[in-house]
Amino acid sequence: MEVKIELGRRYKFAASHRLHTEKLSEGENARVFGKCANPYGHGHNYVLEISVSGDVDPATGMIANLAELDPFVEREVIEVFDHHSLNEDVAAFRDVVPTTENLCIEIYERLKSFPNAKLERVRVQETSNNSFEYAGANGRERL
Amino acid sequence: MVLITRRIEFSASHLYHNPAFSPEENRRVFGKCNNPHGHGHNYTLEVTVAGEPDPVTGMVLDLKELKEILEREVMQRMDHRFLNYEVAELKGKIPTCENIARVIWDLLDPKIKQGRLHRVRLYESADLFADCYRNGAAC
Repeated sequence: MEVKIELGRRYKFAASHRLHTEKLSEGENARVFGKCANPYGHGHNYVLEISVSGDVDPATGMIANLAELDPFVEREVIEVFDHHSLNEDVAAFRDVVPTTENLCIEIYERLKSFPNAKLERVRVQETSNNSFEYAGANGRERL
Repeated sequence: MVLITRRIEFSASHLYHNPAFSPEENRRVFGKCNNPHGHGHNYTLEVTVAGEPDPVTGMVLDLKELKEILEREVMQRMDHRFLNYEVAELKGKIPTCENIARVIWDLLDPKIKQGRLHRVRLYESADLFADCYRNGAAC
């Protein structure tokens, strides 16, 4: 019987966003996004959880060394998002509404090239009451 | 199918050291986890069993029985122990979260007779955990 092992790691970042799209009228924006459409935006303490898989290296006992994973996530995600406005400071959200669904997809795309293990999925908690998961375009079975 | 999860906590010490590495290599690969006298964590273990509720009892398995299995297989073996020196199943292995989770999986899988072991998740801290599950089954 084959057992699959994944390593999970949690990170935190704080960022602001505003849910609003030019494709809708002001009235529709207000109706669809409610107070999330308030003009100056608002912020969250996001919690990011990622899972990677791969063989456990018998020499180190590890799927991925945190000394490599952490700086990669720091560079690709934390530095880009932490204490930033998602709408104003992140190119991917210039024309895409920075919902946490879209944030999940953006983070997955940024992390999937991690060279030392396979990214299985990302989970982003926007508040302690809601969270979102994504495992790639064909990742349904990994959720 | 219904999933049922039981959580336990145990405290243990460990260190990461590979005798095949030079001292410098051990330091470089394992960082402060290589400190010679070890260090400890409060581990949290979540064990998930999958199955159909029994039509008479309404249970996938008797939680009391799972609790006893966890007490015998995990708590008595690992709680307040130095994992490198006192847990036979980890001899010759680096006691990382991945390896401990796998050892726990192998200990529990044959003992769970009602339902089927679905997932073992071991937290070393709130920010680091390892998941074990049957290959092919969704996590």
